[in-house]
Amino acid sequence: MKVSIEINGTTVSEEVEDRTLLVHFVREQAGLTATNIGCDTTSCGACTVLLDGESVKSCTVLAAQADGHSVTTLEGLHGDGGDLHPVQRAFREEHGLQCGFCTPGMIMASVSLLDHNPKPTRQEVRAGLEGNLCRCTGYHNIVNAVMNASGQEVQR
Amino acid sequence: MGFGRMHRKEDARFIRGHGQYVDDVNLPGMLHGAVLRSPHAHARIVSVDTSAAEAHPKVKAVITGQTLEGLNLAWMPTLSHDVQAVLATDKVRFQGQEVAFVVADDHYAARDALELIDVEYEPLPPVVDARRALEPDAPVIRTDIDGKRDNHIFDWEAGDAARTDEVFARADVVSAQDMLYPRVHPAPMETCGAVAHLDPITGKLTVWTTTQAPHAHRTLYALVAGLPEHKIRVISPDIGGGFGNKVGIYPGYVCAVVGSIVTGKPVKWVEDRSENLMSTSFARDYHMHGEIAATSDGKILGVRVKVLADHGAFNGTAQPTKFPAGFFSVFTGSYDIEAAHCAVTGVYTNKAPGGVAYACSFRITEAVYLVERLVDVLAYDLGMDPAELRMRNLLRPEQFPYVSKTGWEYDSGDYPRALSQAMDIAGYAELREEQKRRAATGDGPLMGIGISFFTEAVGAGPRKHMDILGLGMADGAELRVHPTGKAVLRLSCQSQGQGHETTFAQIVAEELGISPDDIEVVHGDTDQTPFGLGTYGSRSTPVSGGATAVVARRVRERAKIVASAMLEVSPDDLEWEKGRWFVQGDPDSGKTIQEIALAAHSDLELPDGVEGHLDATCVYNPPNLTYPFGAYICVVDVDPETGQVKVRRFVAVDDCGVRINPMIVEGQVHGGLAEGIGMALMQVMAFDEDGNHLGGSFMDYLIPTAVECPSWELGETVTPSPHHPIGAKGIGESATVGSPAAVVNAVLDALKPYGVRHADMPLTPAAVWRASQNSPLRTDLAIT
Repeated sequence: MKVSIEINGTTVSEEVEDRTLLVHFVREQAGLTATNIGCDTTSCGACTVLLDGESVKSCTVLAAQADGHSVTTLEGLHGDGGDLHPVQRAFREEHGLQCGFCTPGMIMASVSLLDHNPKPTRQEVRAGLEGNLCRCTGYHNIVNAVMNASGQEVQR
Repeated sequence: MGFGRMHRKEDARFIRGHGQYVDDVNLPGMLHGAVLRSPHAHARIVSVDTSAAEAHPKVKAVITGQTLEGLNLAWMPTLSHDVQAVLATDKVRFQGQEVAFVVADDHYAARDALELIDVEYEPLPPVVDARRALEPDAPVIRTDIDGKRDNHIFDWEAGDAARTDEVFARADVVSAQDMLYPRVHPAPMETCGAVAHLDPITGKLTVWTTTQAPHAHRTLYALVAGLPEHKIRVISPDIGGGFGNKVGIYPGYVCAVVGSIVTGKPVKWVEDRSENLMSTSFARDYHMHGEIAATSDGKILGVRVKVLADHGAFNGTAQPTKFPAGFFSVFTGSYDIEAAHCAVTGVYTNKAPGGVAYACSFRITEAVYLVERLVDVLAYDLGMDPAELRMRNLLRPEQFPYVSKTGWEYDSGDYPRALSQAMDIAGYAELREEQKRRAATGDGPLMGIGISFFTEAVGAGPRKHMDILGLGMADGAELRVHPTGKAVLRLSCQSQGQGHETTFAQIVAEELGISPDDIEVVHGDTDQTPFGLGTYGSRSTPVSGGATAVVARRVRERAKIVASAMLEVSPDDLEWEKGRWFVQGDPDSGKTIQEIALAAHSDLELPDGVEGHLDATCVYNPPNLTYPFGAYICVVDVDPETGQVKVRRFVAVDDCGVRINPMIVEGQVHGGLAEGIGMALMQVMAFDEDGNHLGGSFMDYLIPTAVECPSWELGETVTPSPHHPIGAKGIGESATVGSPAAVVNAVLDALKPYGVRHADMPLTPAAVWRASQNSPLRTDLAIT
């Protein structure tokens, strides 16, 4: 089938198989490889993107389901001038990443989290990111990054 | 400039999604491979029918063991001088083993075609329990090895058995404990994969791959595939975590290479999570019987250990040749004892190969877990406080360099200071008071306090003693300063997130006074970098870090000669301050490294024998390992009704000598502590009696989330390594090595009122609940 999905403000129209997963559509048809695949059971969240503004695991959405909808990936987060989104900036400032593989999904999940809860507590950040696994950071600095991005003081 | 907190250079691309990982590589005409895997743990292959798969319109090739036999590639050497089947020919030896490889236009089609391959198996009885592997009637797994009649791999020992027995004979107290370090898996977020392209015109093979050791892979491909080494280029791009999972060569890589040879096109193979967990390098799986001897007042006299090591169906363990049980013999830990002995026996079972992985520093996870559990068992038996018992037996600073009873020469340490600091941060005395109070009132969850004090041994290693497949464990570095004073550093180590692009620039910056931003660090491309053995065993800072300091100092010495020519003074009259050479007694008269760099490339007349330019190379052969150490304290709350464990606090004091970038060190520790919680509380790769893998996905193999991890509380002491050029020790694996014992000791401390002295990891709610019912569950086998 032919699907048209607005990704980061640009509409991508491609012929795909019905079974094509959104994550593969984004990576292969749209050529946007920030979004990663870390598992095969919807556990890890490395593929998290925003679908009409809500965070979803794109490995568990069919491209067909996203037809006519809008998707934001990490590549679409910063402005045209290359200005970093506050969450992107904070991840670097707080050393919230190491290998960088969970980072795109983690940042998208954090953006969504702050959308719903602009001033979360540390515990709320932890609960809000439960769907995103990281093997490198032990989460501590990721929590710091989200607190930083929310404009709150980072209590280490 | 130089050492200190500095944000990472690599983050600029990662936070924008511009990292390039293997699966991001996309070449013109690229095909996609998928592996057909065995559903059986042990079975004879009767026939493989690929005709339906070959007829699939999108399939370009189907490769079987038979295809590979024709190329002499059906088997490949492992890092332990054994062989491993690339694609099974005679029989399959573990569930998930590679049987066939399909190359198709896209990965969906490749997966479809796997379903079209018809393999007839004749099931054989499997060996699942390592403790039964050497029984006389155990099925023989390795019928491929000439004359092999059993499942025995090796016996290895260290220490002095007679002397140890003597010490044990006169001890007041001997505490013995069986313990299993269960089979777990490093599970990096990015799985393993490769894109192989044999250019039919140039005959050059390029392999983009998830490798922690690109140069070693190049040499192995040359040996395995018979291609000349200069016609092989291995590129390790950005790697989404390694944790030891990405050291060896996996069958999928070889299949991708063969796929490219057969089709003439680039072939990509990326495994999925289940494949990663079921078939790539596992970690641990040590069945240990430990004994500790002491006087009645708590002076530890000796440690004696027997280990049964489950290595799976092929001995693919990654470790230096002379160390079949890795560095397990550092099991005497941080204590001043009189004698020690260990004996390790390795056996084959019908499971995936591996063993050394997951930040183990070559089996030091097992060694530290063993001794730190034994000390707690002894404390339990003596009725002593575990902190007090440790403090009484720790090596003293004046004993370094200290030669352990199993022959390791610890470089430096101030153990009591680190333990005191951890106890201060934790408020140890108050914690014990709180614990007493809560026990008295009986309200709420049980509280447990666990300690682990560990000594690591990282930075393999001196090439006289340490090689992998005959390749000595020295690492090269090359440094070039460009005419405008910017520099490029080329390394053989390979970051998988540890921040090498930043920290190695900081080492050069510290030595030469060039800003880290002006230093490009190149790694991961064998055409671009000097030979070396890669990153694992926390060896980057000890070995490549040493190499980097040495090349920078060589450049500095060359700069001195150039500066003396510029200033028309003798080199002996020059003095260095960070970033410039100046004339002694005349600080205004000097030349910056940038000015010197330009002059070194100019028409400046240089002394005879000095060729100009500003560069240097070095192969660093470390004189010894480095021995970082740490004191960890974990506080848990345990609900006795449900067995639920909540890690309330975790205090970690690490000493890795000089800290190049404290921010990065802390991040390394954070990550390792999370791994420790994962291993202690939730991770195991269990098998049923038929050899079915029961932990083959993230639904069953649990990774800690942000919710299970507390906010880590870190401390530090600095005891430099005297033999290292900048006094730095490795740190990457310390927390993974040190933390599981702290968590387990804490949980068992909480269960003390139930008379529980030991329970095996993972301490899941079920395991904790059963332990409190005095019926501990074995965790290696799902069979109860």
